[in-house]
Amino acid sequence: MKSMAQTKALVTGNEAAAIGVKLSDVRFISAYPITPQTTIVEKLAEMVANEELDARYVEVESEHSAMTAVFSSELTGVRSYTATSSHGLLYMHEMLHWTAGMRLPIVVSVVNRAIGPPWNIWADQTDSMNQKDTGWLQVYCESNQEVLDTIIMGYRIAEDRSVKLPLMSMEDAFILSHTSEPVTVPDISQVRDFLPEFDLDFTVDFKNPMGYGSYSTPDGPFMELKKDMADSMNKARAVIEKTYRDFSESFGRDYAGLTDNYMMEDAEFALVATGTLASTAKHVVNLLRNEGKKVGLVRVKFFRPFPSEEIVSSLKGLKGAGVIDRSLAFSDGGSLYSEVSASLYRKADVPLTGFVAGLGGRDVRVEEFRKMYEMVEEGSEGIRWINTKGGE
Amino acid sequence: MLEIRFHGRGGQGAVTASRILALAAFNEGKYVLSFPFFGTERRGAPVTSFTRIDEKRIFLRSQIYDPDAIVILDSSVMGSTDVMKGLKEDGLLVINSSKPPEEFGTGRKVVTVDATSIAIRHNLGSRANPIVNTAILGAFAKADQNVSLDSIVEATRTASPRYGDENAAAVLDAYDSARAGW
Repeated sequence: MKSMAQTKALVTGNEAAAIGVKLSDVRFISAYPITPQTTIVEKLAEMVANEELDARYVEVESEHSAMTAVFSSELTGVRSYTATSSHGLLYMHEMLHWTAGMRLPIVVSVVNRAIGPPWNIWADQTDSMNQKDTGWLQVYCESNQEVLDTIIMGYRIAEDRSVKLPLMSMEDAFILSHTSEPVTVPDISQVRDFLPEFDLDFTVDFKNPMGYGSYSTPDGPFMELKKDMADSMNKARAVIEKTYRDFSESFGRDYAGLTDNYMMEDAEFALVATGTLASTAKHVVNLLRNEGKKVGLVRVKFFRPFPSEEIVSSLKGLKGAGVIDRSLAFSDGGSLYSEVSASLYRKADVPLTGFVAGLGGRDVRVEEFRKMYEMVEEGSEGIRWINTKGGE
Repeated sequence: MLEIRFHGRGGQGAVTASRILALAAFNEGKYVLSFPFFGTERRGAPVTSFTRIDEKRIFLRSQIYDPDAIVILDSSVMGSTDVMKGLKEDGLLVINSSKPPEEFGTGRKVVTVDATSIAIRHNLGSRANPIVNTAILGAFAKADQNVSLDSIVEATRTASPRYGDENAAAVLDAYDSARAGW
């Protein structure tokens, strides 16, 4: 039995990410430390120093250089990894576009942390939501188990021939990154059976020098290359579903695909959320169900590709839904609300309430989830700010 | 679900205490979450950490507002922080103090232990900055039977491979000398 080889351990989200990297046979790591990502790269540096992980670890002076370093190593055909957070991710922004445009399937961990000013080290997804237009796949994790498994599945999805786009895996600052939780750790031989060796069509070859990402006039292949990226982002949907099914078979842990529906079968109302807010929302859905409320949760796990069809089929016919953003886009609330609204346009007429909650790590308690549910039930539409001093 | 909140000061080991307790319960086959609340991380500043223990998977990830037990590693934080806030009616209070439990008349179950003297006796930390986190767990084990003393001793050894004997002895000393009153 394959599943016999797995062991259980009590680890933090950041330790889970480092273990996932080690099990994925990553051979090159470059990073710049930033709270609360630091313990991921500390752990990886230790693994490399102890020869537990046969990889090269390169310290650099900035996140822009970290992404440039993994971009370059990946282009030589070496599976590569970095991790960052908050301002570090913003500093990488230019190279995120380059990495996706060069079709390099790197996996990056992002520990979601607020963007200043004022300085704030706590959970907030504005940093990664800012990167939604860079051509990267995006996964928002709800548990440390998912953090570990997403690294392994992430490389397989990103490296798939029909995808070849990079993937970022998110964990909320402290709520996952520094929280210890039971995690099942697969055996490396099991992971090797699941994750094929890294193979890139065009690697740097000194005997056959070529130009990479050089130049295109308006009539050149620029627009066609961008369309190909967009097409690949859509093709990723089927790859994600298949990878998840295969993962369940190999490791015995069931994951839903792009979204994770909880108690939605007979629901009349729904909450829609990402990351650890979705985890606490499941707890609250259980409480409300015990009180006879017909409520469920749609957890948006992949933000790219965005699960538009899944959102429509989950929310269609409901009496109301509340979309919770732990980020701010200044469009009208957060990005999740905008994209859920756009998905529903002319496909389903569902009253929507948008919530902005938990910015800068403000704790979102059970009572706030109850309040949000009540507003959805009352049919309150528009954007509501949750637990801010001075009102909604 | 059992919810425990730890209060201490930076450097005393409140975060490690919540993790050792979680590890002990995890080794007994339970589902656990252990997490800190980091303010500005510096020695001497008030620190809060949390442990949740349940038979089944835990989805609730907010901080703990209605704890079943509160563990206070440094009674001086009781002046600056409302450490008692939200403690359940039948909740438990474990305090590092040389005073008898009756002096903390709260109407709740109180256990006191002189974890500072125990830590110093076992050379844990320095005389000026004793690390009291393992001793206080011995007192917790005496007052709360949800996690066994043996599991706490074992988890303490795992968490402190270099000073395993000293820390394990501190847990047992605290278990023996803790005083309960309510």
